[in-house]
Amino acid sequence: MIELRGISKTYKVARRNAGFAEAARALFRREYEYVRALDEVCFAVETGEMVGYIGPNGAGKSSTIKVMSGILTPDAGECTIDGLTPWKKRREHARRIGVVFGQRSQLWWDVPVVDSFELIRDIYEVDAAEYKRNLEELTELLELSQIMRTPARQLSLGQRMRCEIAASLLHSPSILFLDEPTIGLDAVSKLAVRAFIKELNARRKTTVILTTHDMNDITALCERVLLIGRGRILFDGSFGELRGLYREAPGADPNASSEELVAALYKEMKI
Amino acid sequence: MKKYLSVFRIRFIHSFQYRAAALAGVATQFAWGFMEILAFRAFYASDPAAFPMEFHELVSYIWLQQAFLAVTALWFFDADIFEAISSGGVAYELARPMNLYFMWFAKNCGTRLSRALLRCVPVLAVAFALPKPWGVSLPPDFMTFVCFLISMALAFFVVVALVMLVYVITLRSISPLGPRYFLGAISELLAGATIPLPFFPDKLRAIVELLPFASGQNAPLRIYSGNLAGAEMAQAMLMQLFWAIALTAGGMLWLRASEKKLVVQGG
Amino acid sequence: MRLYFKYLGIQLRCQMQHKGSFFLNMIGQALTSLTTFLGVYFMFLRFHTVAGFTFEEVLLCFATVLLCFSAAECFGRGFDAFSRMLGNGQFDRILVRPRNEALQVLGTNVDFTRLGRFLEALAVFAYAIPKCGVAWTWDKAATLLMMLVCGTAVFIGLFVVYASLCFFTTEGLEFINIFTDGGREFGRYPFSVYGGRVLKFFTFVVPLALFQYYPFLYLLGRAQHWWYCLLPPISLLFLIPCRFLWKLGVRHFRSTGS
Repeated sequence: MIELRGISKTYKVARRNAGFAEAARALFRREYEYVRALDEVCFAVETGEMVGYIGPNGAGKSSTIKVMSGILTPDAGECTIDGLTPWKKRREHARRIGVVFGQRSQLWWDVPVVDSFELIRDIYEVDAAEYKRNLEELTELLELSQIMRTPARQLSLGQRMRCEIAASLLHSPSILFLDEPTIGLDAVSKLAVRAFIKELNARRKTTVILTTHDMNDITALCERVLLIGRGRILFDGSFGELRGLYREAPGADPNASSEELVAALYKEMKI
Repeated sequence: MKKYLSVFRIRFIHSFQYRAAALAGVATQFAWGFMEILAFRAFYASDPAAFPMEFHELVSYIWLQQAFLAVTALWFFDADIFEAISSGGVAYELARPMNLYFMWFAKNCGTRLSRALLRCVPVLAVAFALPKPWGVSLPPDFMTFVCFLISMALAFFVVVALVMLVYVITLRSISPLGPRYFLGAISELLAGATIPLPFFPDKLRAIVELLPFASGQNAPLRIYSGNLAGAEMAQAMLMQLFWAIALTAGGMLWLRASEKKLVVQGG
Repeated sequence: MRLYFKYLGIQLRCQMQHKGSFFLNMIGQALTSLTTFLGVYFMFLRFHTVAGFTFEEVLLCFATVLLCFSAAECFGRGFDAFSRMLGNGQFDRILVRPRNEALQVLGTNVDFTRLGRFLEALAVFAYAIPKCGVAWTWDKAATLLMMLVCGTAVFIGLFVVYASLCFFTTEGLEFINIFTDGGREFGRYPFSVYGGRVLKFFTFVVPLALFQYYPFLYLLGRAQHWWYCLLPPISLLFLIPCRFLWKLGVRHFRSTGS
């Protein structure tokens, strides 16, 4: 059970114009502007739900994930995840969650993937029997047996992503945050990743929160969609309802793809 | 010519952005210089007769060394260039209608000069203001000062030309570490950065003064305070001129040969 | 601790994948300090003592500091490369794991090439220990050991300070080099060489002299007080503010997210 109430966060950013004189001036004086990354974000997710979290770049998706995973302390608001406030009980909370950052790797580059897995096992203090069971299951579902003895740097992006996902699940977390897990993957790998997430949710009742720019990920996996723009939750409901919202808008094209639909919505909401 | 100036200018602006870095650099160099002087002071106190320079000459040497570190340091490389070489991005640079040697040369000059400019003024200002035995003294006469400026310009050329050789070696061998470490470590000693060359054993010093490394900081810093004067100074400056021309010409030819090889191999 | 050794194991395997550059790197590290050594050697060819210390005595001091520094660099290097970890989001990953942050940072960036300097320091020790005129007894050997252990810890503390400041700013951290690289370079001579004020600074502010100068006098039998041999552990007090600064940094990071 995840609950966020009135979560807000403001960042301070330095700015400077181009040019030589400006560069010299900035030596002595700096200007800042304040960006409201999260503005009273509220939502709740039930255990076992799969939720898609969408929004344009810079809308606040990553900040929300960071708050929920305990990396970022918000300025205001409350967040309870299975009874804990993530940023107050970081370590305890960390045992229960798995996080996949699609654009970064958690595997050690120069050693076989299985070595990384073993180190992660030690980091999370997973006991031997559980590790063995999880590894076998993940190996089977993600088809890792062929690639597990290869150093991570020699893997293709799709193979690596499968390993990244496995690495985040070795300690059997009850909640999984996926931050753009299908970014840059080819069609086959995307399908494999989606099938796996679905299977995981069905077997283990893992709560999944997924951010993505690929609407097919959402339609394939998530009953429920959260749309964030300029730090605010603008929509919370099923993808069908989102489609309905779009149809009511003037000049809607009934045959629009999900991509076009979302783009039109972003435009409509000026985010 | 304009395009090389442009490369120079963009590096210059780039370095200007880092205000705190410059401030910290000045503080570091200042503290560093002071500690060096204190150490030499202790040696001076234990046996003034064995001290091969006048103490005020040494003090000026250390402060100028700190002030012009970015001009004369041999371990100061342009990380972009190594990156371009190892990633194969150098192919783009070859595709531009520019002479690669001059372009890299201009890039290095830009980075070094902008750094030096930001740092040398405050370091020198404080070093001049310090009381008698600890501060920089003025050069003995105006001509010496002019010679110092000329010699510093030549030293700058020699240093950049030496560093250019490392890029060329890197381009040929793809492993930047070996030549970098050699130039970064041993040459610092031979250039008089660890201790000024007059503190070397005499026989060794006679050999070291003929090497190109001694045409870097050694010559101008010693000319400034009058430690190198008269015939010795003229000889040192001629050496500098020789090495500046020889190293630039050598580097240019070598790079051209390497480029051809690179093109034949298809990058 | 067990986890830390696991980290060491995986790092060693990683670095051994690139044996060529590993050994070149190692030699390079050693070369840099060799120039410092030659500088000291040349100075002593001309002057036979400095502030009452002979060449062999100074070498003992030089080797102590170099050994502490290289050990600290090898194991505490994580903090030195820390701004990069913040930049590429590796630190985010560390924060979503249920372990101590500092331990993970240390484990992620062990750099075994730094052992080049370590070996060099050992070589200088091998020369200086029999020649420096110290009559080695049990208490003196124990003092030397304490100097080495505490010195390494203090240098690691300095790396922690550096890393903590990375949380607040990415530029202008060069001045910490005065104490890290500077500590190594200046520490080649006993700190009294630099005069009373510098000695006071390195005693009470950044306590490098507590594991270098005072116990060193004890080894040479020139200490004014017998308790000089107990000063190295006192230098460990320096780690308290270091740890505090680190905690402050982590908290700042978690409230700004950058």
